[in-house]
Amino acid sequence: MLNYAWLILLFPLLGLLTNLILGRWLHDELIGWIASTAVFLSFLVAVGLFFALRSLPADGRQYQLLLWHWMRVDLFRADVKLLIDPLSVVMGLVVTGIGFLIHVYAIGYMKGDQRVQRFFVFMNFFILAMLTLVFANNFILLYVGWEGVGLASYLLIGFWFEKPSAAEAGKKAFLVNRVGDFGMALAIMWIFKLSGRVEFLDIAKNVQALAPEATAITLLLLLAVTGKSAQIPLYIWLPDAMEGPTPVSALIHAATMVTAGVYLIARTAAIFLLSPFTMTLVATIGVVTAFFAATMAMAQVDLKRILAYSTISQIGYMILGVGVGAFSAGIFHLVTHAFFKALLFLGAGAVMHAFHGELDIRKMGGLRHKMPQTFWTFAIAAAALAGLPPFAGFFSKDEILWSVWLHSPWMWALGLLTAFMTAYYSTRAVVVPFMGKPRDKHLYEHAHEVSAVMTVPLWLLAIGAAFSGLLGLPHISLIGHWLAPVFASLHMGGEAAGGSLEWIFMGLSTLVVLAGIGTAYYAYMVNTAFPQQFRRSLGFIDNLVQHKWYVDELYMAVIVHPLWDLGGWFADVFDRKVIDGAVNGLAWVTGEIGGGVRKLQTGLVGWYAFSLFLGAVLLLGYFMLIW
Amino acid sequence: MSLNAIPLLSIIMFLPLLGALVVLILPGEENQKWWSLLVTTLTFLLSLALFFYWKNGEAGFQFVERYAWIPQLGIDYHLGVDGISLFLVLLTTFLGPLTILFSWDIKDRLKTYLFLMLLQEAGVIGVFISLDMVLFYLFWELTLIPMYFLIGLWGGPRRVYAAVKFFIYTMLGSTLMIIAILALRYFYGSFDFVDLLHGKGLPATAQLAFFGAFALAFAIKVPLFPFHTWLPDAHVQAPTAGSVVLAGVLLKMGTYGLVRFCLPLFPAATKQMVPVMMTLAIIGILYAALVALRQKDLKGLVAYSSIAHLGFVVLGIFALNPSGISGAVLQMVNHGVSTGGLFFLVGMLYHRAHRRMVADFGGLWKQLPVFGAFFLVIMLSSIGLPGLNGFVGEFNILIGAFKASKIAAFIATIGIIFAAWYLLYAFRQVMEGPLDKPENKLLPDLNAREIIILASLVAVILLIGLFPNIFFAKINPSVLELVHFVKIHAAPVLITPLPTQ
Repeated sequence: MLNYAWLILLFPLLGLLTNLILGRWLHDELIGWIASTAVFLSFLVAVGLFFALRSLPADGRQYQLLLWHWMRVDLFRADVKLLIDPLSVVMGLVVTGIGFLIHVYAIGYMKGDQRVQRFFVFMNFFILAMLTLVFANNFILLYVGWEGVGLASYLLIGFWFEKPSAAEAGKKAFLVNRVGDFGMALAIMWIFKLSGRVEFLDIAKNVQALAPEATAITLLLLLAVTGKSAQIPLYIWLPDAMEGPTPVSALIHAATMVTAGVYLIARTAAIFLLSPFTMTLVATIGVVTAFFAATMAMAQVDLKRILAYSTISQIGYMILGVGVGAFSAGIFHLVTHAFFKALLFLGAGAVMHAFHGELDIRKMGGLRHKMPQTFWTFAIAAAALAGLPPFAGFFSKDEILWSVWLHSPWMWALGLLTAFMTAYYSTRAVVVPFMGKPRDKHLYEHAHEVSAVMTVPLWLLAIGAAFSGLLGLPHISLIGHWLAPVFASLHMGGEAAGGSLEWIFMGLSTLVVLAGIGTAYYAYMVNTAFPQQFRRSLGFIDNLVQHKWYVDELYMAVIVHPLWDLGGWFADVFDRKVIDGAVNGLAWVTGEIGGGVRKLQTGLVGWYAFSLFLGAVLLLGYFMLIW
Repeated sequence: MSLNAIPLLSIIMFLPLLGALVVLILPGEENQKWWSLLVTTLTFLLSLALFFYWKNGEAGFQFVERYAWIPQLGIDYHLGVDGISLFLVLLTTFLGPLTILFSWDIKDRLKTYLFLMLLQEAGVIGVFISLDMVLFYLFWELTLIPMYFLIGLWGGPRRVYAAVKFFIYTMLGSTLMIIAILALRYFYGSFDFVDLLHGKGLPATAQLAFFGAFALAFAIKVPLFPFHTWLPDAHVQAPTAGSVVLAGVLLKMGTYGLVRFCLPLFPAATKQMVPVMMTLAIIGILYAALVALRQKDLKGLVAYSSIAHLGFVVLGIFALNPSGISGAVLQMVNHGVSTGGLFFLVGMLYHRAHRRMVADFGGLWKQLPVFGAFFLVIMLSSIGLPGLNGFVGEFNILIGAFKASKIAAFIATIGIIFAAWYLLYAFRQVMEGPLDKPENKLLPDLNAREIIILASLVAVILLIGLFPNIFFAKINPSVLELVHFVKIHAAPVLITPLPTQ
């Protein structure tokens, strides 16, 4: 089976080629099914790989498969070579499994769009790129997937390119990611220079070679992580990314793209662990991002934006987890989050579908009567996001917080505060649109439940959102055991399970979550004047939060505009006037002098002769001087 | 039959030359076009024989031909290719038929036009295969003339200014070069490149002077910042096929010259000049990218992007290690394909709309989906997306540069962000957004001829991107030897010049 691991990449490739070449003659729905089938077949391969690995002894679960020699120059050897180990298989299952459900849902969602063919080609490409990233055995191939998912998100966010905001959002996503890729590229060069290797296992084996400059290298990698996983300081592209069709948001936020950063840290954990400074910074960025994104999620009125900020916040938790060395816990949260976040976006998409594109939750209300299936699945997902036991998010978030407590109490406290806020905005996202009374009668009248091709994926994801937490029950964590061989050699002590204290902490975080849910319920169902009063009492902070802390504006003013203006000055003044002015001036002077000499000659010949003469004189003069 | 018996290089070079002469006497425009297409295609197919009969793993020159030509002056007809020049020859012959295909609609003085295009091709091939300095110089100058006329006769409104500037600027450089070639003969008693290589070496100060003369000629050709201002003028005014040839192969003569001559002939000076050359390359990468961002004319944008990209090539060359130089050699080919492709695309757009300003367009992807798809792929190749050709060259160059100087690699890598910026900006303005200009709603999508051109380019983009080892396997041995050669000869030698006669 392991020998056939390349099939996991082949199926999405075949899917996209089939649709690319034959799509114009195929029915839209068939195109969707071809694309979905391709991803499903990949999923089957991932399942096969899982069982094949499981049949091996735990410490032998590592298989590398060379496909072809890619580029080799001197000592630099980058091959198209796959690495199948517990980590890549978990990621592969998430990407293909959840990706498949999103594909199926999209068949219904994209019905009637003018460019269904293009949509599914891009979607399959997204899966292909993400799988390349996950299964790469070396940095260079990973980089292919890394930029590949960036490209896919660029194309899909800007899918409705006629809309200027969509086109801009796609461009922004690509460029912000490129800033991250800058870090990635340099980190790879640096690692290669010090170790002479680019393959992960080789690097891990000789990781001490990187020790002298590990902090610089990991900081560069961290820059790449913040770009791809939308963390401070490069998170700004993700909120705009909801310009794409909703299934794309689900794919970006859940199965692919943003999880890549967490994966990268886990994959290169051996390098990160060389630098305690970077690890602390990783954790700090994680927890601070989790907190700030949660504040912004609380302030949004657009359903998809709430979810977008919640993704940033949740990825913050994962980064926090891997930052304190709890790699398995970070990956575990990645898995549970993939289920409930995909479900939330697809639920939001269903609402949008029913509401003719409206996403302002202030216009919704009472939708549970019209869309019961969407309501229930959305509520399950929100409960998972909020971290309400026994839904999935509870276990994974709790495991991270527990590891953080052992590492840094202040981060733990901030994480717990964020958990309260998360519970608050999750509840709000359910209560305001689905419960209470309809706020916009007209829109409400037209709302309707979505078709089965969309509700079935919702329910399947709901099962995951409800139960995937069981994979990681404290002390008997299946996922922890499964991943253990990958991280076996790198213990920071963070992941050790505690005694009775851990149970107390679980109770504490349950109380915090309940408090968050209660507060939101009170604010939006009981005393509906409360949110306004609360906002007024915040004063200028409310303004800051509403404007996303003005970070976009800051970047524009400090980086983008100055470079843009500098380019303009270079183009109009420096290049034309100074450099070209000097060239033309020199030519003019030469011409004037030459003009006296070449009365009988015209044009080019004279020029030629004169410049030849001048050059000869200068050169001969030089030779005379040096001898 | 032994392959050595066939003068393959001569055939490849003389075929377009012969073709050019036949065009002059061939009646009928259709015949002339088909004939030119046939000749260039045949040239390309023949040049593939170089690839397929290549002796892998050999560093030296292959397919060598050498005859005494003007024995009184010691000038030989000496041809040969190694891993450094092989793919430049192939690039030239590959772009040949594509440029002819693109020019299918030329109505104005077609015969002369085709004559010049074929002549141009022969000249460029000659540059890449000549191993005698005088022969090299003759071809180098020969390439100037067709391009001068192509710009001057078929160019835009300011074509005369652009053509004259192109001619004089490059002529200035080559004048210094011929003087240097003559002086080399004075020192070594030979015009032959291989003889010069195995000569006794030059004193450091003399090396610097020679390096200066050669490098200036090449730097103008590349063009390296700050010698670049002739290029945007030439590109903006040139007809599309002219721009493709200019960017695709003519500029490569500059970077090729640096690798072929400056490095091994003046190793000590090269070593000494590394900081200068690297600095200019890096300034060029960032500066040209920012200027490209603010171009109103799409051709200007591509022209400046070309300067930025060739900055990477020069950076790789002066990293003076295998990664840098192999990457640079491959990147020359990549640049020819990608930037050539971008010029084709702009030309196709101009051919339809008779406009070329960024502001003239918007939302074209809706109207021109096939054009959009090709634009996207070629743009991504130029941006250096991993999996496509540009990445392979660029990344190896950066690996090499990093080894030579961390700071250089850091600053140059900023260039990959800028490259994405100006190209995505152009794509956003031209292809995306609402299709709101009524005149753009009638533009027809690509025709079969244009699809053939672009599909050929995309095939190469994917081939190099996914299987670069096919190319590196042939490039690397020559590059390794060059790096080794430069390393051991970098210490300057003190000798007295040979007495002449």
